[in-house]
Amino acid sequence: MPADPRLPTRIRSLLDQLGPLLALLGVWSLFAALRWDIFPTWENTQSILLQTAVIGVAALGGTMVIISGGIDLSVGSLIALVSVTVALVLRGLASGGDSSAADASGYGDAALAAVIGVGLAGLCGLSIGTMVIGRVGRVAAFIAGSLVGYIAWRSGLDYRAALPLAAVIAAAAWWGEGKLNSSIPLSPFIVTLGMWGALRGAAKGLADNSAVYPPATPLNSLMRFPSAPIEASLILRPQYWWSPGVWIFLALACFIAGVLRYTQFGRHIYAIGSNEQTARLCGIHVERVKLKLYACAALLTGIAGVLQFSFVEVGDPTTGASYELGVIAAAVIGGASLSGGVGTILGTVAGALLMSTINNGCTKIGLEVWMQEIVTGAIIVAAVTLDKLRHRGAG
Amino acid sequence: MPPRLAMSGVRHRYGATQALSGVDLEVRSGEVHALVGENGAGKSTLMKILSGALIPDAGSMQLDGEPYRPQTPADGRAAGVAMIYQELSLAPDLSVAENISLGVEPTRGPFVRRHELRERARAALAEIGRPELPLDLPAGRLSVAEQQLVEIARSVATGCRILVLDEPTSTLSQQDVERLFTLIRRLRERGLAIVYISHFLEEVKAICDRFTALRDGQTTGSGDAKSTPADRIVAMMVGRAVDDLYPRTPRTCGETVLSIRDLAGVAKPESATLDLRRGEVVGIAGIIGAGRTELLRALMGLDPVARGTVRVATLEGWQSPSARWRQGMGLVSEDRKREGLALELTIAENITLPKLSGLTPRGWVTPAAQDRASQPLVERLGIKCRSPRQPVGALSGGNQQKVAIARLLHADVDMLLLDEPTRGIDVGSKAEICRLINELAVGDSVAGRAPKAVLIVSSYLPELLGLCDRIAVMCRGRLGDARPVEAWSEHEIMLAATGAKTEPART
Repeated sequence: MPADPRLPTRIRSLLDQLGPLLALLGVWSLFAALRWDIFPTWENTQSILLQTAVIGVAALGGTMVIISGGIDLSVGSLIALVSVTVALVLRGLASGGDSSAADASGYGDAALAAVIGVGLAGLCGLSIGTMVIGRVGRVAAFIAGSLVGYIAWRSGLDYRAALPLAAVIAAAAWWGEGKLNSSIPLSPFIVTLGMWGALRGAAKGLADNSAVYPPATPLNSLMRFPSAPIEASLILRPQYWWSPGVWIFLALACFIAGVLRYTQFGRHIYAIGSNEQTARLCGIHVERVKLKLYACAALLTGIAGVLQFSFVEVGDPTTGASYELGVIAAAVIGGASLSGGVGTILGTVAGALLMSTINNGCTKIGLEVWMQEIVTGAIIVAAVTLDKLRHRGAG
Repeated sequence: MPPRLAMSGVRHRYGATQALSGVDLEVRSGEVHALVGENGAGKSTLMKILSGALIPDAGSMQLDGEPYRPQTPADGRAAGVAMIYQELSLAPDLSVAENISLGVEPTRGPFVRRHELRERARAALAEIGRPELPLDLPAGRLSVAEQQLVEIARSVATGCRILVLDEPTSTLSQQDVERLFTLIRRLRERGLAIVYISHFLEEVKAICDRFTALRDGQTTGSGDAKSTPADRIVAMMVGRAVDDLYPRTPRTCGETVLSIRDLAGVAKPESATLDLRRGEVVGIAGIIGAGRTELLRALMGLDPVARGTVRVATLEGWQSPSARWRQGMGLVSEDRKREGLALELTIAENITLPKLSGLTPRGWVTPAAQDRASQPLVERLGIKCRSPRQPVGALSGGNQQKVAIARLLHADVDMLLLDEPTRGIDVGSKAEICRLINELAVGDSVAGRAPKAVLIVSSYLPELLGLCDRIAVMCRGRLGDARPVEAWSEHEIMLAATGAKTEPART
């Protein structure tokens, strides 16, 4: 709805920001009215939040990228790659034998697997960022080094010799790329489209084309409903409100919202998305900010990948297909503009919740999946139309 | 004989704003009619109504005595009203010939008749006196001046009766302006009615026969463009006499803050040598494309340097833009929309962008702190806005330019590089910006403001002559000596800029 132009700017901008939240409230009330008995229950709210967590966390990074005027199409593939990696690490650690005796609970293994998975995602993000700012050569240098090292190791070289060899090759290629001193910036769309294919392939290769079943660890409980002691009052015990994964999602959302709103890094992202030339004119290191930005976004996607693993409890190389579109939809429903410079975390969180509320609600009122998909599609187009109308009213 | 176009009592309201409250305009065939007024006076609204893009709330329009009520721009075009906007509307990837017939291609069934398309384009180009323009080149490969000609050829080819030119010279060099004027005279002799919108009174007096002045959505006067004195036209536009457009307080030069020796960029400039001292305003004149903008960009670190030295205080060598800001240098870009401002972001955000650190003790960037930092600058520069949280895109051109300048004051720079600081803004803002430049160069010992060094690139000679202490002329990438302003006249600057003469006459 268009905010009244006579209202003070501050109140109007608040109303603008609350738009997606109001839409969420409206949809929720609609379903609540339709199925008063099973929709607005605590258990159902928990499961809506749980269904939002994976896309939600990835959408935090997606929002940062979209605000900067870019786009990330590799989200789904990266989630699959991370979940396979986590599963493989867990399986390796378990079969590696006696170390688990020292750590019977498995927390150590779980933490290590998660860190490796998220770290790998961060590395992919750095590669994306490097290519976006036009340094494809550096990524090639890194890959060349790793490949030579790997082949040397497979052909019998000790890893203590293979690692330095890889480092030397990579450094030489990196140095050569620096000598060329030419950057070929690529559009994020193209780079991440390439990654969309490459990372999916990597996930399938790593997993040998089938799901990887690791032993159970505490990682699996991230996305389970917490089993609260029955007699206790829940109000004062937030750890039992919902799954740890949901808490991770909400905490990260607050953190990223703060980064975007209150730090130089965040404001620079908005400036670059609004007008990259202006940002450069104002002395912002555009390339450096972009590199950091894509790395951050991929770290968040990595965390989403760990949550996804925890949700399905296997490392499935085909999981997360088309999640990237869910991420984009959440940001766009939340008011972000694909041309950059506009978007908020609050909006994106509301957008992600809106989509899972619709899915959940449609199931509860007995609509089939194909109908849910049509409804979601219609909501995306309607949300953006409303947003444009609102801005025309304000303009 | 009725006039070609008669508009009377035209009114239009946007939401709460009364954009036009009774405008009368009469244009005869075979005349060039100037439409003058400050930004926001209603010129563009009026032209949108003429073209059919807007429907007026009240008033009547007649074309050659016939009632004219366009509902869409297509109606306007069909009735023979052609608009040439500042932002050209060619399809850059289509050929010149295709552009000339765009939307009215000669066809046989679904097929375009290519031969006739080319014939028609050839005739249109001949008609505007430029038959040598290549028919098959993509339009985007032509220069801006040539693209403008293609647009005019398109209007001529579709048989227009009224041609509206909106600030047609703002992106043209002096020679291209002369060529355009020749074309306009030629079209006038053919009986076309031409509406010429411009901020430059010199141009109005040079090319136009009559003028109509607008202010606050009303016609404030009209008359003969040649015989009405310029200050009377300005008074009709601004509603008050602009007494002194270029104030000049005695300035004292301090130490040299910037010194350039034989600086060359990758393509331009080829060679530039200049010293800039605290407390002086130095102007760089030259025709468009001489390499003036490139010089400023190389100084600011936005473009690489191929040769030569730049010394800021005691620091030598090329530096990144962020290092330049820290050294006390700031640049206002010539292109506000594309480079100068982030239009979606707020005024406060734009002003504080080069220096976000130190807004709060802990280094956070909060909107409140950004407002606090920009509010004094908004007041000092007289930026007309509801609040610092308003998006910059909603401001008028003059106020946008003030935001771009406020950014340098926020970063508290010592050296201001201003690229065409008053291009395309209204007379009022122009005067305010000129006053501010003078103020900055003089400094203010009471308020504890040190004098600043200002380097201005401008294509508007009266402004350079009025504001600067010294002027250097750039011609084909080479910067001449900076000489005191008294040594120059407009005529001599033009001679030096066009390469006809490199040294000014001694006076």
